[in-house]
Amino acid sequence: MKPTTAAIAGVVFALGLMLSDMTSPGRIAAFLDLGGAWDPTLMFVMAGAIAVYAPFAWLARKRSRPLFARRFHWPEETAIDLPLVGGALVFGVGWGLSGLCPGPALVAAGTGRVETLVFVGAMITGIVAMRLLSVKRA
Amino acid sequence: MTAEAALRALLGGALIGVAAVIVLIANGRIAGISGVLGRALETDDDDGRPFRLGFLVALIATGVIGAQLLPNAFGANIAGTAQLAIGGALVGVGTTLGNGCTSGHGVCGISRGSKRSVVAVMVFMATAMVTATVRGAL
Repeated sequence: MKPTTAAIAGVVFALGLMLSDMTSPGRIAAFLDLGGAWDPTLMFVMAGAIAVYAPFAWLARKRSRPLFARRFHWPEETAIDLPLVGGALVFGVGWGLSGLCPGPALVAAGTGRVETLVFVGAMITGIVAMRLLSVKRA
Repeated sequence: MTAEAALRALLGGALIGVAAVIVLIANGRIAGISGVLGRALETDDDDGRPFRLGFLVALIATGVIGAQLLPNAFGANIAGTAQLAIGGALVGVGTTLGNGCTSGHGVCGISRGSKRSVVAVMVFMATAMVTATVRGAL
């Protein structure tokens, strides 16, 4: 069941990004660029997603285990620390430059466009590099 | 923004929320794309491997099929290869360091009322807006 429910979720997630036009970098840029004709689409997408997810997240907190796994993997960190803030800062610059964040980038990679594939390749390189560094530190 | 675009954004967002609910209720995990992708790339993965691979393969495959059936859902990139390479690297480094992106911090974290996620979203929205606004003015 685990891979099956995961695959259903992957399909639904990608369809949601496509339906809401989050797979168009210009749409993201028009939200982030406050100097042009501002486009609030991204806010509606976030609102729709949070409205659906929040009540279930609240309910899940009261359950001891999920349907097809041994336990819930809730994030355990609580500190507002330098890696959190610095990482978010760096991510925002990359997002603002490209109009792509990880989910839409992976879905848009399906177009086979060279620039999109270069973005995804660079993103994976960045992820792997940071994970290698943190392994060394620990 | 037309009423139709707003409705599509809300519905698309709701689908993303449904996908994240499936991931939480069925698999007990957080549907943050950067985290799912980053941990899937590790060799000493925990028992989350079937979930991660199932989710990511389905997400990417939906993009591949979607690009053929609905090419209009994929607007043009906003920048050339060099800028997207830099953007991708920053997104990969930043989301790994900051432990999340638009889905993990933005949708799931805010829904749970996580202080870390609220701070992360405020920081990456701010730097993305500054970056995109400067980029748009140049």
